[in-house]
Amino acid sequence: MKILALLKRVPDTEAKILINQEGTGIKDEGIKYVINTYDEYAVEEGLRLKEKMGAASTVTVVCVGPEEATELIRTALAMGADDAVHVCDKALERPDPFVIAAVMAKAIKAEGFDIIFCGKQAIDDDMGQVQSILAEMLDIPQVNVATAFEIAADAKRATVRRRVEGGDEKVETSLPAIISCEKGLNDPRYASLPGIMKAKKKEIRKKTLADLGFSESPGEARSTILRWLPPAKSSGCTMVKAEEMRDAAKELVRLLREEAKVV
Amino acid sequence: MNYPLTEDERMIQKTVRDFARRDLAPVAIEANEKGVFPEGIYKKLGELGFMGVTVPEEYGGVNLGTFSLVLILEEINAVCASTGVTMSVHNSLTNWCILKYGSEKIRKRFLPSLASGEMLGAYAITESEAGSDVSAMRLSAVRKGNEYILNGAKIFISTGDRAGAIIVFARTDPADRTKGISAFVVEPDSPGFSIGKIEKKMGLRASTTVEIVFEDCRVNADNLLGTEGMGMKIALAGLDGGRIGIAAQAVGIAQAALDEGVRFSRERKQFNTRIVDFQSTRWKIADMATAVEAARLLTYRAAKLRDAGEACSKEAAMAKLFASRTANTVVYDALQMHGGVGYTEEFLIERLFRDARVTELYEGTSEIQRLVISKAVIEEFERTLPD
Repeated sequence: MKILALLKRVPDTEAKILINQEGTGIKDEGIKYVINTYDEYAVEEGLRLKEKMGAASTVTVVCVGPEEATELIRTALAMGADDAVHVCDKALERPDPFVIAAVMAKAIKAEGFDIIFCGKQAIDDDMGQVQSILAEMLDIPQVNVATAFEIAADAKRATVRRRVEGGDEKVETSLPAIISCEKGLNDPRYASLPGIMKAKKKEIRKKTLADLGFSESPGEARSTILRWLPPAKSSGCTMVKAEEMRDAAKELVRLLREEAKVV
Repeated sequence: MNYPLTEDERMIQKTVRDFARRDLAPVAIEANEKGVFPEGIYKKLGELGFMGVTVPEEYGGVNLGTFSLVLILEEINAVCASTGVTMSVHNSLTNWCILKYGSEKIRKRFLPSLASGEMLGAYAITESEAGSDVSAMRLSAVRKGNEYILNGAKIFISTGDRAGAIIVFARTDPADRTKGISAFVVEPDSPGFSIGKIEKKMGLRASTTVEIVFEDCRVNADNLLGTEGMGMKIALAGLDGGRIGIAAQAVGIAQAALDEGVRFSRERKQFNTRIVDFQSTRWKIADMATAVEAARLLTYRAAKLRDAGEACSKEAAMAKLFASRTANTVVYDALQMHGGVGYTEEFLIERLFRDARVTELYEGTSEIQRLVISKAVIEEFERTLPD
């Protein structure tokens, strides 16, 4: 079974995010980058499926990202993935989800697959679109926000649980399919020292857009980010103070009615 | 910390940091509070490769160097110095000695279990009358046929009651103070082996420190490390690595104390001001951080020298001396920044304060480090003099 796990390089959740002066992105200085948290669940689920399916199965990591993403791909290999495809091209500096999906679709078709795991969203821009666009482009089913995954005995179908408002939804899908992973699906393993040593010898296939057969750009971006803005400073909190609680309540009602105009 | 690391080293650091904070921290809090040995954690550490860091792959290890071990020990000790000392003794002393001085048979027998974390290692030099003065040791080993018969006792042995392989230094020749010492791997199921007093310590409460008693304890002659009489040389060579390990421990404790101090002083307000905004606090933070960084660099240098196969006794002693002093000054200042609550078990700084103290005592006291350093410095000077 050929299992793919999609991976994105994102700023550490603990990083302090500041918008750059031009408003074209975030300030890069001092930012530590990590594997997108939800993609870690995807890699782990891929590894678990591989362990279940036996030695003939492989897990291939697919990443569209800058040169620096190599270290994070290597981490996924150290967790136990077998090899990786890394699409890295200067033309892909600030791609929109449609462009990423178009590039991934090409790379994935060339690679071949039986199932694809990915994170339910990236924790940086929170768009959560690539999985769905990719499913359309590959013409396969998608099951999103998975909290449990089980493959059928014949390996042609899978049962997936999704957390929905008020309960769980159980979905059966044919394979191949793309499954996007939610927190709670599994507990990702660490990259062990033996894993880190082994990862050095594993292959990362670097591809440019030209390698994938794109003559120029991978297609028009469907959306453009015009400008990044920091969130407006909140006006803060007003403490209503009075000797008597009754007077404080009166003042609060007055403020809500006259200032905030909400009652 | 921006010391230039390779990709592998950064990955190792991330794994150990994540493990220490997520998996070890909760275990450490409970084990230190109750004063119990965290049994399960070493198997997990073994699975991640942390119990056989410098052991070659053919014996089940990961074949990394002292520098990688230092990166690992730093992070572990920042969260639990008890686990840190157990790991340091295990990796830098037991594993190293068996690898370097054990026969092929002995290596094959012990290293795979040690590297997997199923078996723990210990290192027994100290006796009641032989602390800093190692050559005063009296534990006797007398050859009888294919065995050595050991009689006497060792004290202050870290992990002594949990270890499956204990490197024991014993006197094979009463006449020669230094060349009359030999080293053995002793297993706790040997006849005549028993655990004596279990120490109640100021800190490191999630590690054990015990007395080991040998009464006509029979050890197979195969378990001799190196040759008869090599013991003192082995002990001293092992201690270079041991000292780098404890220096790394001290750096880890100091970093954790600095972090705790900064965290607390940013939150605590007095006189309507965060105490981190007082100049007296800021100057402390600057001095603490500078000392931690200097200690780290001395430790890294000693480790790099050891990995390059160069003599590093002086450098290891310098790293150990400076890092252990730094750990103690930094925990002191960080506790001072906490004020009264720092003296309660509620705050991590209380444990760090107690755990830091021993770094100036074991693996050679600070006085012994100064002896080693000054001797080396004077000898280096004398070599430059004309004959």
